[in-house]
Amino acid sequence: MSTLVIKDLHVKIEDKEILKGVNLTINTGEIHAIMGPNGTGKSTLASAIMGHPKYEVTSGSVTLDGEDVLEMEVDERARAGLFLGMQYPSEISGVTNADFMRSAINARREEGEEISLMKFIRELDSKMETLDMDQEMAQRYLNEGFSGGEKKRNEILQLMMIKPTFAILDEIDSGLDIDALKVVSEGINQMKGESFGCLIITHYQRLLNYITPDHVHVMMQGRVVKSGGKDLALKLEAEGYDWIKTELGIEDETVGQEA
Amino acid sequence: MTVETNLKVTEQDVRSFSASKSEPEEFTNLRVQALAAAEVLPLPKPDKTKITSWNFTEFPVHSTESSTYSSLTELPEEVKSLVDLEQKNLYIQHNNTPAYASLSEDLKAKGVILTDIFTAIRDHADLVGKYFMKDAVKAEEHKLTALHAALLNGGVFLYVPKNVVVEEPVQVIFIHDDENASLFNHALVVADTSSQVTYVETYISTVPHANGLANIVSEVIAEDNAQVTYGAVDVLAEGFTTYVNRRGVAKRDSRIEWALGMMNDSDTISENTTFLIGDNSVGDTKTVVVGRGSQKQNFTTKVIHWGKNSDGQILKHGVMKDSASAIFNGIGKIEHGATKANAEQESRVLMLSPKARGDANPILLIDEDDVTAGHAASVGRVDPLQLFYLMSRGISKQEAERLVIHGFLAPVVRVLPIEGVKKQLTEVIERKVR
Repeated sequence: MSTLVIKDLHVKIEDKEILKGVNLTINTGEIHAIMGPNGTGKSTLASAIMGHPKYEVTSGSVTLDGEDVLEMEVDERARAGLFLGMQYPSEISGVTNADFMRSAINARREEGEEISLMKFIRELDSKMETLDMDQEMAQRYLNEGFSGGEKKRNEILQLMMIKPTFAILDEIDSGLDIDALKVVSEGINQMKGESFGCLIITHYQRLLNYITPDHVHVMMQGRVVKSGGKDLALKLEAEGYDWIKTELGIEDETVGQEA
Repeated sequence: MTVETNLKVTEQDVRSFSASKSEPEEFTNLRVQALAAAEVLPLPKPDKTKITSWNFTEFPVHSTESSTYSSLTELPEEVKSLVDLEQKNLYIQHNNTPAYASLSEDLKAKGVILTDIFTAIRDHADLVGKYFMKDAVKAEEHKLTALHAALLNGGVFLYVPKNVVVEEPVQVIFIHDDENASLFNHALVVADTSSQVTYVETYISTVPHANGLANIVSEVIAEDNAQVTYGAVDVLAEGFTTYVNRRGVAKRDSRIEWALGMMNDSDTISENTTFLIGDNSVGDTKTVVVGRGSQKQNFTTKVIHWGKNSDGQILKHGVMKDSASAIFNGIGKIEHGATKANAEQESRVLMLSPKARGDANPILLIDEDDVTAGHAASVGRVDPLQLFYLMSRGISKQEAERLVIHGFLAPVVRVLPIEGVKKQLTEVIERKVR
């Protein structure tokens, strides 16, 4: 079993502190969902764990099986087992989706141990079928001209090809119609297992109808303010966030406001 | 300061060189007149690059003798890899010497001509007389075109008759391995009415340094309804002063596509112009560049529209490293009367080091109301978010940068139709950006 531990994480962008002490422990075999209104620091948490260049960690720690993640370069974090499914994936012209994914897979392998082209293509074809993606998308340039939904599917395709230990999925459900949502959820569900842990960041409970979380957390004002099981998500869907705010005495849940 | 050196080449030198090639009198006269013009004409003025102190006139020797190749197995290794085994339509020049030529029997029977320029001047005087430095490039434009005509010492002629479609690409290789050689090469490509051809040339230096000049002119004529794809990969050594002018004339319903990989290590002034003379003509020009060291370069790409409903596309992508500098001028010009013309261009420069310089100047000159036009230009570093994205998948920073750069230069690489040339360009890019 692997464990990702986030301890008292403080993060700022430019001069604004966004995360004000996040604590979270994720084990493989578990699916965690972070919910919360806009502007509460959810995406910042995802980006900071992966090492986004715009975010600066000012204090706290992130460790993966005891290894200090924050000391690692972005690519080292990935090779250590982290994956970030991004809300706004970059477009990279001239690099085909297939070539990119092969480079990513081979980056984890020793020289001489690269994945064979045949095996790679077979695997890519079958995952693309699961995600209901047109085969020609493998030869298109990475995310270039992809629709919003195609980009999200492509993130999940990478997840399935790379098979990380921990995936952080940042609003992978936004902008998806119900069919696409089912397909994307199916992809994530295929990853579930003893050697895979997942942190799903979402605005909407809807995604959790298809992916059952073991733990649900609510973020407000740059902290995790409430944690619970699947029931918490259902309650949030039914009642909104106001009851939590009342319970905790929060007037404005966004970052920059204090309780 | 203008270097108006009197040329060291005399009229007598030109006459005797012309005689040694058994050129017709008309051509000798053209050379002699051009030499006189070169004495008085000014240098061209590429926008934003001052070239008055560059050496375009002094060179060690006008013409050299090099070996010919009786079979492809005799080619130097780095040239061999450019040629596909089944390549039947091939011309190779070794410094200034026509060294190898072959053309499939089928194309010969159809009347296609592929030959060195001297043979063409002698044996195809009618065609050469009709097209050579007439509509695309004129000898008296400026000092360098005049010098080119006077001193022409190599090149190739490709003629495709009416209605002939050449399926396989025609490959031309200019090998430079004599430090003292100068290249006054002329490529004349004529696609007659409703014909189609793909021409791919490679300039390759196999010596690290050059003392000579490169003054290269290509003329492409696409007659009505013809299609020409012109690929070029230039990898000339440091030490050359390079002037390269590639122009096309596109007549009615015709199409000229350029894919130029400009990988010289020499200081280079490049002009690539397409005249869209005929209605419905199309000019599509793609150029990629890598500059390194203290190289100075200027790339001026023009598409000039006279034809109604003509379409001109310019794409230029440059990567600059070390303290190299380059100017990228893109000019879309729509003349009065070219209604429904469309002129689009995109110029992007990627800087890999703080001392590198790159300047993208998109220019639209429009003298007609009923047209469409657009341009995009950018100069910057590798996008940190792109690197973050790639690295977040486990790809190292170095490899991520490599992917972004190769992707950036892919527009030309991917359209080159000869596998060996494509591979070579990829390798040259790899070597230059490392």
